Amino acid sequence: MEQRKEGTSIINVRDLNLFYGEKQALFGVDLAILEKEVTALIGPSGCGKSTFLRTLNRMNDLIDGVKITGDIVIDHEDIYKTNDVIKLRTKVGMVFQKPNLFPMSIYDNVAYGPRMQGIKNKKELNKIVEESLRSAAIWDEVQDRLKTSALGLSGGQQQRVCIARAIAMKPDIILMDEPTSALDPISTLKIEELITNMKKDYTIVIVTHNMQQAARVSDKTAFFLNGEVVEYDDTDNIFSTPQDQRTEDYVTGRFG
Amino acid sequence: MSIPTTNKQTVEIGKANKRKYMLEKLSSRIFLICALLSVITLLLIIGFVFYKGAHPFVAEGYSFINFIFGTDWVPSEDKFGIFPMIVASIFATIGALIIGVPIGLFTAIFLAEIASKRLAKIISPAIQLLAGIPSVLYGVFGLAIIVPFLQNTFGLVKGQSLIAVILVLAIMMLPTIVTVAETAIRAVPQTYREGSYALGVSQIGTIFKVIVPAAKSGIMTAIVLGLGRAIGETMAVILVAGNSLIVPTSLTDSVRPLTTNIALEMGYAFGTHQEMLFATGIVLFSFILILNFVLAKISAKGGN
Repeated sequence: MEQRKEGTSIINVRDLNLFYGEKQALFGVDLAILEKEVTALIGPSGCGKSTFLRTLNRMNDLIDGVKITGDIVIDHEDIYKTNDVIKLRTKVGMVFQKPNLFPMSIYDNVAYGPRMQGIKNKKELNKIVEESLRSAAIWDEVQDRLKTSALGLSGGQQQRVCIARAIAMKPDIILMDEPTSALDPISTLKIEELITNMKKDYTIVIVTHNMQQAARVSDKTAFFLNGEVVEYDDTDNIFSTPQDQRTEDYVTGRFG
Repeated sequence: MSIPTTNKQTVEIGKANKRKYMLEKLSSRIFLICALLSVITLLLIIGFVFYKGAHPFVAEGYSFINFIFGTDWVPSEDKFGIFPMIVASIFATIGALIIGVPIGLFTAIFLAEIASKRLAKIISPAIQLLAGIPSVLYGVFGLAIIVPFLQNTFGLVKGQSLIAVILVLAIMMLPTIVTVAETAIRAVPQTYREGSYALGVSQIGTIFKVIVPAAKSGIMTAIVLGLGRAIGETMAVILVAGNSLIVPTSLTDSVRPLTTNIALEMGYAFGTHQEMLFATGIVLFSFILILNFVLAKISAKGGN
């Protein structure tokens, strides 16, 4: 795997295997994800890309019978050797496939994480909420109704508030699991613009079904197939001159 | 819907289906009658209780205010005041709530969120079985275990008391609260949990800040149902209440709740005395009605 040498890798995955009970879902995944870049994970359904994403903030811990071998080092710390999952998840935020705001006001949703971290000062919370919503390019649309239920927003707006909620924790890394698959094209476009703007501050790993999306927003792309990484390279190379025949077949739409 | 076929076929199908249609009509009638039966029964009971219970106030010149707020219940002297019983019923119910709701809620949270599937599979059915035990057995348990315990521990002359009633009722309302609240908590979408965990929030934090608030209306329903069970309970209460006709001033006072009054005296009462017992029933019935009304309000709110 030839990589550009600028930038340092913030996530280092070595020989990662994952089992759901008896069934193996990931096979020896090696991946180095660079800081302040957007890395896209593509591949057909069931190829393990979402599973892989969820190992990065240990969301797979919630599922019974998941076994993991190998190392994932984030910021010089092996995340499966520490017991401080809470700290890991404050550093590695996540945005899900469907917007999953809590049934509370917009303000309370964004302030939820900081509050649970023990920030009680009203002024400080107000500042965090405003900054986060601004960073997620949703402030102008919701500033007049911060105290109304977040579930009254449109799907695209909700997803941007979800991003604001993740940003409010001031993470280093944001994982996105098909964040636009439930949205209309215009909302999708807004989120993609947002991702492009966010990469100056955050490292972003995004799972997507949409290859144009991967081509538009990402710097690096990893192609997953049957639980393995087939190819990992600059996005331009993956889409223009893929090295592996299977990658070429997939990105040209011959299967998947 | 009729698609043209040949004539012969149409006639044949018509004949074959004739019996089906008859059966269809007949069964729907039977269902209707069954449904009406329960409504009629309900109306009959309400009508009867109200007719009997209202009689002394309408026809015999007794004051309803004196009935509710009178503190003396001496049927032989024509004194009918149920205030001590109302107070006893309310105190017993509130007391049972104070003990039963936290325990029931924590149990439900434990079963739905914390316990392993295997452990939950053992505890859940046990709690549901608790609901199936006849209430008189709860009373016997209270009389044999709780009452002597109170007597010995607090040096009471008589262990049958308000606190004994509260303890028995609290145990009795547990299955209702646990089962309904557990269902409500399990119904909270998994995405809420994921969303909260992904923000680095602990399991306990997630439970109290996201899951319980999201299951609020179901949990309120659980509490109101438990409340209904406590206020209407008769048999177990008779055995441990002590049945003294005083307004309770302490937890160790012997009390007589509304239900107990009816059950104890209905057997030998006649005339006005009997009618006053029906009137006691009306008061009890009103409590339950108000509770159900509140419950309906809560569920309607939850539906939005």
